[in-house]
Amino acid sequence: MKKELIQICLLVWSLVLGIEVSSQRDKEPTYKRGAALYQQHCASCHQSDGKGVTRLIPPLVGTDYVSGDKGRLIRILLQGLNEPIVVQEEEYYSPMASFQHLNDIQLADILSFVRTRFGSGASFVTPKEVQQQRKKLPK
Amino acid sequence: MESRVIHKSWLCCFFQLLVLLSFGQSPVSLQLPPGFKATQVAADWGRVRHIAVGRNGVLYMKLERLKNGFGIVRLRDKNNDGLYDDTLTFGNYVGTGIALDDQYLYASSNQAVYRYMLNALQDPVDPQNPERIVQGLVDKGQHASKSITLDGKGFVYVNIGAPSNVCQVRDRFQGSPGMMPCTLLDSAGGIWQFRTDKLDQSYGEGVRYATGFRNVVGLDWNPFVKDLFVTVHGRDMLHQHYPSMYDAKLGAELPAETFYRIPKGADGGWPYVYWDQFQKKKILSPEYGGDGKKEGAPGALDPLMGFPGHLAPNSLLFYRGDQFPKKYQEGAFIAFHGSWNRSPEIQEGFYVVFVPMKGGEVTGDWEIFADGFTGQGKVANPRDAQHRPCGLAMGPDGSIYVSDDARGMVWKIEYKGK
Repeated sequence: MKKELIQICLLVWSLVLGIEVSSQRDKEPTYKRGAALYQQHCASCHQSDGKGVTRLIPPLVGTDYVSGDKGRLIRILLQGLNEPIVVQEEEYYSPMASFQHLNDIQLADILSFVRTRFGSGASFVTPKEVQQQRKKLPK
Repeated sequence: MESRVIHKSWLCCFFQLLVLLSFGQSPVSLQLPPGFKATQVAADWGRVRHIAVGRNGVLYMKLERLKNGFGIVRLRDKNNDGLYDDTLTFGNYVGTGIALDDQYLYASSNQAVYRYMLNALQDPVDPQNPERIVQGLVDKGQHASKSITLDGKGFVYVNIGAPSNVCQVRDRFQGSPGMMPCTLLDSAGGIWQFRTDKLDQSYGEGVRYATGFRNVVGLDWNPFVKDLFVTVHGRDMLHQHYPSMYDAKLGAELPAETFYRIPKGADGGWPYVYWDQFQKKKILSPEYGGDGKKEGAPGALDPLMGFPGHLAPNSLLFYRGDQFPKKYQEGAFIAFHGSWNRSPEIQEGFYVVFVPMKGGEVTGDWEIFADGFTGQGKVANPRDAQHRPCGLAMGPDGSIYVSDDARGMVWKIEYKGK
């Protein structure tokens, strides 16, 4: 009886481990691709360190915009921003470009990277979540 | 007992270290040509933009963020020991522009220009009640600061920056075409001239003195040739929006930041063209059909000089003193704020340059005059720079002053050589 219990426990444990390993295997390429896309499309304004530029470009690091509501974050990337935005008690006016031309996987990669790196490990964004927001865009 | 003393001193050291670490600050030492000496004369005023020094040595600073509720600071050396020991703060608005003549102090918010009558000490007679001479100027956040200068003939020149990168239908959106014509130019993207002695002027009462300048932050009336000269912040996003025409390196270098002499009626060509400092040509903007080679706007002015891209020339000062050696007389000092969008290249600028000039003409190459403001070697993000040069002014003895809008310092630079 005891033996069986241990065996079951081991089985469950190895399953958990397996899942974890496989999900990490999924996460790594997403993060890597996201990092490269971030350098290409975002870093010139938000900077490599995600801290933005005083007076001009809002920071991403430690902001509610990045770590909070995924839907809002995805919509900002899809639609851009043409209104002033207040981040960490400072108002920013430079409009942000729309990134509609990137596909769902690319946007999910960028946002997963940004949320992991600058949003203190907030959850990943999936291509499906991007697709759902894209469908809701006004035509 | 002794051990306790030691303990205390260790604790003290520890806290000092902690303070140093938490502010990340050790005083920077500026690099200057031989014979020059810099002294810090003001500190911790926050975002000190432009500055002006009176004929009796008073220093006026315009703040972009209120300090204890005020946007203008006047410092005076009461006991003539070379240190400012008397402070007056007033003006409940933020802004960039400040200028002095014998009778008035002029200061700008992002929409208006005010003037304050001065007494014999060069203090405002009624600091709470300035006269508003200009109002209702375009302020959409982007390029909103209003730099000002005086010609000594009763006019003030005001920069009204364009609230746009390159006048696209959708600003800073990849693929959005340039507006044709650019309607923003009716009320922005140029220099407007107003009378110094008329109240509440706006576009109707002013003169569009020059157009086609995206965002002039540095401007000065050249007293030797009696003409207006300006430094312009060039456009962004050539590489980001047109990577096939401009690789990352070219996007970091182009377009040039520019220095112009502008007669009345001049056109700088923005947004239709930009200055390419390598080809030495006005190149058609890609948003208007350009390909990096096609020229455009033949009627527009050529600059006197082109500097590397994105360095942000924030202040211009003609040297009209006699303290500095002869080569500096009539020449121009330009304070560069430093770049933010040259990535993946390192950020550049953060220094004051000197351009040798005689009779309003450039007579040689530019050189770095004062450097070391960042307090470190390479800057990846401008936030890492300890100080960022922003304003310039000359004192009655011919010393020049440099302000910093990152941590609110002002340095006085004197020539001590022979």
